[in-house]
Amino acid sequence: MQDKQHIILLFLSMFILIAFVGFFQSWNLALTIFNLCIISSIMSLGINLQWGNAGIVNFGVMGFAALGGLANIIVSMPPTAKVWDAGAIYILIGIIIFILSIIFSILVWLKSRLSKKKKYIINFLLIILGYFLMRYIIDSPIKAIEAIEPAKTGYLGGLDLPVIISWPIGGLLAALIAYVIGKISLGLRSDYLAIATLGISEIIIYILKNEDWLSRGVKNVNGLPRPVPYEIDLQSDPWVLELTKFFNIPVSEISSIIVKLSYSCIFLLILLVILLLLEIAQKSPWGRMMRAIRDNEVSANAMGKDIKTRHLQVFVIGSAIIGIAGAMLTTLDGQFTPVTYQPLRFTFLIWIMVIIGGSGNNFGSIIGGFLIWFFWVQSEPLGLWFISQITTYISDTNIIKSHLLENAAHIRLMFMGMILLITLRFAPKGLIPEVKR
Amino acid sequence: MEFLNSFILITNYIIVPGLTYGSQLALGALGITIVYTVLRFSNFAHGEFMSFGTMSTILLTWVFIDSNIKFGTFPTAIIVLPFSIIFTIIYCLLVDKFVFKFYRQQKSKSVIALIVSIGVMFFTGGLIRFIIGPGDKNFMDGERFILKAKDFKMLTGLDEGLTIKSTQGVTIILTILLVILLFWFLNKTKTGKSMRAYSDNQELALLSGINPERIVLITWIITGTLACVAGTLYGLDKSYKPFTYLHLVLPIFAAAIVGGVGNPIGAIIGGFVISFSELLITFAYKKFFFYIIPDNFLPDGLLQILSTDYKIAVSFIILVLVLLIKPTGIYKGKIIE
Repeated sequence: MQDKQHIILLFLSMFILIAFVGFFQSWNLALTIFNLCIISSIMSLGINLQWGNAGIVNFGVMGFAALGGLANIIVSMPPTAKVWDAGAIYILIGIIIFILSIIFSILVWLKSRLSKKKKYIINFLLIILGYFLMRYIIDSPIKAIEAIEPAKTGYLGGLDLPVIISWPIGGLLAALIAYVIGKISLGLRSDYLAIATLGISEIIIYILKNEDWLSRGVKNVNGLPRPVPYEIDLQSDPWVLELTKFFNIPVSEISSIIVKLSYSCIFLLILLVILLLLEIAQKSPWGRMMRAIRDNEVSANAMGKDIKTRHLQVFVIGSAIIGIAGAMLTTLDGQFTPVTYQPLRFTFLIWIMVIIGGSGNNFGSIIGGFLIWFFWVQSEPLGLWFISQITTYISDTNIIKSHLLENAAHIRLMFMGMILLITLRFAPKGLIPEVKR
Repeated sequence: MEFLNSFILITNYIIVPGLTYGSQLALGALGITIVYTVLRFSNFAHGEFMSFGTMSTILLTWVFIDSNIKFGTFPTAIIVLPFSIIFTIIYCLLVDKFVFKFYRQQKSKSVIALIVSIGVMFFTGGLIRFIIGPGDKNFMDGERFILKAKDFKMLTGLDEGLTIKSTQGVTIILTILLVILLFWFLNKTKTGKSMRAYSDNQELALLSGINPERIVLITWIITGTLACVAGTLYGLDKSYKPFTYLHLVLPIFAAAIVGGVGNPIGAIIGGFVISFSELLITFAYKKFFFYIIPDNFLPDGLLQILSTDYKIAVSFIILVLVLLIKPTGIYKGKIIE
């Protein structure tokens, strides 16, 4: 019972913290923080499934989140006119040829009885051939597509479906890529796996940044459709005007609060569903098996558990959860900007959330997500306040003071590092420790 | 003549930059490899240690320039290097004392130490941005070129020019010196030998009376030195921005792993493998073939395998390939469970 009280207390204080922001800064900001807190929590639930339950180190959060974002474009943007005339089909054919050449070389690797040296040479030649064939086929249609109104479109466009569909699709896309990544790299030791996933996620971002025909690259895709009404439409609604009179705040503010609240409701619902499913999974025999594998691979293997398949399973599911969260994030932003995907913000920050919340506990991950995101946003003004407090007795013209004030925002990186180090040292189990079953 | 021209072209655009960037990567990878073998964890904070070293160099350079201490056309940054190395070493030792030591004594798993190093990375990154700010800093002074393209053309009468920046020359020379010094230390001195013994088998080394604390101290001294020099050289050659050093960690890890983690020679080879493949794969070969193939056979397009935007991605691709095909790297590295 003690545990439940502890959890409830933590969540209550978290909500009070956010309410403080609402009262002292603005409710708009409080809701923005709240929405991003939910998305962060979902991402940390994904990592918690992989690290907390199965001991897999996945440093590829950024990549999966970006894939979720890509799903937004593919699903919800209107298709660009004339791409089929420009030869979009050839891009598809080219990519299929390249994938076929890879599959074929894997088949050669696994099935043929040639010597290892010959296999290396054949595989190398096959993939090189496949690559250049692909480039030969796709180079000119890509140029043609990117030339279609480059200021506005210049990319394939999407399927013009409701944007909500892109969330499960984002999960599926992430799961698909995670399957490929997991299949090839889960055999690695934990350190290597961490570096490999980090590297692969960087490759994904590089592709999204540079393949303009797919994601418009650094030109970004703006104006993604929304699952909730637009502020401008709300502002003329009679019931919104009623509310404005009732609360006595400007209509622009109340409309944006309504929009954010509706996002919060949808996100909260998704968070709860994912949490429920994860809790069921954790309590089930499957969860017990995962923990057994995590704690002792050798004996779990001896008991007849297929470790490789199980690891792959958990890697795929966890990555799919991150993909869903990534898709939600892009929908919330209303635009897809590949440049914003940074490992610091997307991979390492999520890891800090999981560690601080308590790896192995889903509630822990959620509170970690809320707390860390809250401080990530709020430590900027906090840092500024702190610096101006300690420098009150230095005159305003002092160079050191102005320099400190200018760079006060970077205190938050130090702050995050400190929190992580202190947690790992003094409370390695996190805020809400894993339940001993 | 035509052949000579194409050779100079390759030298100018691939060999000289490749050697420079490769040296910088090699120095970084050496630092990671040494921490990995002796202290047994992947140090993600190494990039920030390099950044810290560069920051100390920049601050000291400013101090020196302000007090009008100059050494002709020689870059001031190289003169202040010994002092900034000391700062970096002190920082590394402090971090070890307050952070890493605990986990070493607890005999934590290497994954835990890895996550701890991420905490250190965050903290150091914040500290650096707090002290020097996130902006671009150029701290190269003195003579910029050893060899200018125009002079080279005049001298040889070739169509292609060859440029060697002084930062490139300094990088290559300093790397050679430092690597010789390091290998001499590891292979010839008693301390170096005891360090290798400790990394091979800790228990056995303890039994033979090797003081582990001393080994750790020396490891951080070497790591700090390498990090500071590598960071400063990279900053001199490109320009210093705290942000870029975070992204440098991955190519450095790639270099260490490609060469075989835990093997100093491997780290150096790995650095050059990464740098040259980055350049070779993203180089536009059109001009190269322009000299050696008759005009009418010349195909359209730039003859580029991958666009230059993918330059850094190449190192990740190689990293992933090596991890999949031969995780132990070119030279068989150490595997620590």
